[in-house]
Amino acid sequence: MPALSSTHINILSKVAAMSSTVSATSGFWKRNQQRLAPWLFLAPGMIMFSIYVIIPIFQSIWISFYDWDGLGPKTWIGLGNYAELLDDEAFYTSLKNNILWLVLYLLAVPAGLAVALFLNQTVAGIRLYKSLFFFPFVISQVVVGLIFTWFYAPDFGLLSALIKTLTGENVAILADERYVTLGIIAAGLWPQIAYCMILYLTGLNNINPEQVEAARMDGARGWSLLWNIILPQLGPATFIAIVVTVIGALRSFDLVSIMTDGGPYGSSRVLSFYMYEQALSEYGYRMGYGAAIAVVLFMIMMVFITLFIVRMLMRERHA
Amino acid sequence: MFSFKAATGLALGYALTMSAAFAGELVINSDQSDPAPKKAMETLLEGFKAAHPEVTIKWNNFDHEGYKSAIRNFLTADAPDVVSWYSGNRMAPFVKAGLFEDVTDLWTENKLDDQLKSAVKSMEIDGKKWGIPYSYYQWGIYYRKDIFEKEGIAPPKNWAELVAACEKIKAAGMTPFAIGTKALWPTGGWFDYLDLRVNGYEFHMDLTAGKVPYTDPKVKAVFEKWAELVKPGYFLENHAAIDWQDAIPQFVQGKAPMYLMGNFAVAAMKDGGLKEEQIGFLQFPEITAGIPMAEDAPTESFHIPSGAKNKEDARKFLAYLATPEAQTKMNEVLGQLPVNNQSAKSNDPFLKAGFDMLANAYALAQFYDRDAPAEMAKVGMEGFQQFMVKPDNVDAILERLEKARGRIYK
Repeated sequence: MPALSSTHINILSKVAAMSSTVSATSGFWKRNQQRLAPWLFLAPGMIMFSIYVIIPIFQSIWISFYDWDGLGPKTWIGLGNYAELLDDEAFYTSLKNNILWLVLYLLAVPAGLAVALFLNQTVAGIRLYKSLFFFPFVISQVVVGLIFTWFYAPDFGLLSALIKTLTGENVAILADERYVTLGIIAAGLWPQIAYCMILYLTGLNNINPEQVEAARMDGARGWSLLWNIILPQLGPATFIAIVVTVIGALRSFDLVSIMTDGGPYGSSRVLSFYMYEQALSEYGYRMGYGAAIAVVLFMIMMVFITLFIVRMLMRERHA
Repeated sequence: MFSFKAATGLALGYALTMSAAFAGELVINSDQSDPAPKKAMETLLEGFKAAHPEVTIKWNNFDHEGYKSAIRNFLTADAPDVVSWYSGNRMAPFVKAGLFEDVTDLWTENKLDDQLKSAVKSMEIDGKKWGIPYSYYQWGIYYRKDIFEKEGIAPPKNWAELVAACEKIKAAGMTPFAIGTKALWPTGGWFDYLDLRVNGYEFHMDLTAGKVPYTDPKVKAVFEKWAELVKPGYFLENHAAIDWQDAIPQFVQGKAPMYLMGNFAVAAMKDGGLKEEQIGFLQFPEITAGIPMAEDAPTESFHIPSGAKNKEDARKFLAYLATPEAQTKMNEVLGQLPVNNQSAKSNDPFLKAGFDMLANAYALAQFYDRDAPAEMAKVGMEGFQQFMVKPDNVDAILERLEKARGRIYK
């Protein structure tokens, strides 16, 4: 009994030491304080991150090996879902569209730079112009989608009316498999350019005026000034702009869903939309197949994310 | 102190969730978010309250599209006592997963097999009944009577007459058929009717049940008939960019004087400014002579989830829903047909026409996206849409549907 109570006291004091101030009786805490403290501070973030990010990733990968409708029993089919993906026309259409998105969406970066350079001057009311240019990024993607749907709408849309007066032909951009993805990307570029523009505007504010002055004295003008002096200083802004644009392109979903619902006959699907359609939409509920698509999308994103992280680490080391 | 607060918080939260389901309260989840269905539901609830004053009702009305995904969550997690859903293959996943309650006893007790005769087949899975149908509506060709008269066209009775009418309308500078296929399902109506008229009800049911390959020459024959309308441009151009409501103005403005649709379209046509006497209703004409005429008539129904807490009152509610009085009142507001054959007939000319047509129908199909499993319906209707844009791709499309059939019906 006496032996037991002494251990009891020992444990109690340890607990007390952990939760409040350091107690003299606690050897363990004192010895390991330096090692443990960082982990204790990291713990809340790490727990959240694993619950909401890490664990779901592995769960998705796990589900992608099953045939499951979300309600009934799961059946293990191994790589069956992936084998089916390889033979699925709709998957290739989505993949192709995703690549198209990636490439064309990056136009937002130079376009945003151009607008930022244009707006980076001191004229009366420039703040108003800046906010007007930034406006599309503030409104919801759903609204952007609707605006462009009407803009493209056959018969009453502005653009189709314009095309009709120019060519005499009625083109329904969102109903034509040749133009539909381009049409949606154009809608997506509108707010994305505004986003890149704001990144560059802040970047331009931080440009060292002395360097510009010195360059001008040395005779740098126009393109050479932009290319050799301004752009290198905008490096960080460019980096962020490219990162958000690439990720934005890969997770494009809202516009596709609002403007075409993947149509006509599935020709404007992207991977994220196809995943949603298979796993969660009215006609879907193939959780395993949807998860397999999500895993493929994750792998593609991983390529870019790794590149960015490696680059960032390199910079930190050099700095 | 902290833990005490947390504990009270937890207890409070628990009390809140529990209060949602005390005894004598009937929780109903449904998706009657449009004005007419909402009013009809209110009528039904009032009638039920009058008949059963001891039951308090808690009605959760969902948005129509959101409901389709919400139902999967609440059926498994926190089941209400009554839910609205669709009959046919659409309820099969829930029945198979054991989420719906078998209500065969209600049918036998109240002798519903006679009264709800037309919907027996669509409510039955594995020889048991899984809900109570309360309303359905006809599909058919709505046409502009005034324009037909002006152009001297008689309402077509068979395929040759329909094609001839289309020719005449096209020659007069109009597009014969209004349609908007962005949401895909309007194409299902066309496929259903063409298949029902070319091959008949039994073949159509075998096809939607996955027993016949899509590469069958009989299916090909359906698309050949369809091509006779698609290739000369008898459907609105750019239909893939618009929804069914967006095609209504074309019908109202007289640019497309025919529309194959469900009866719910009449309300939209009248809202668009058409008078009742300008709209005519036409049964889909005969194609293969001698095949008995079956029709599309999607049925709407209520079900009891197997996880319901108040099944006793839920059964009372479903029994009330099945009565001719309740169905008459409700459908009057809804502008649809009551399923109970002892209900009072409506004075609405379109409902009368629909009632006569359905009463004499050889059999009723539910609609492509309810007869075929959801996955097949999606692939199928996407194929139909593609066909309506590119009729020459028919073989590739049918190959694709066949591949999907092989995967989906195992």
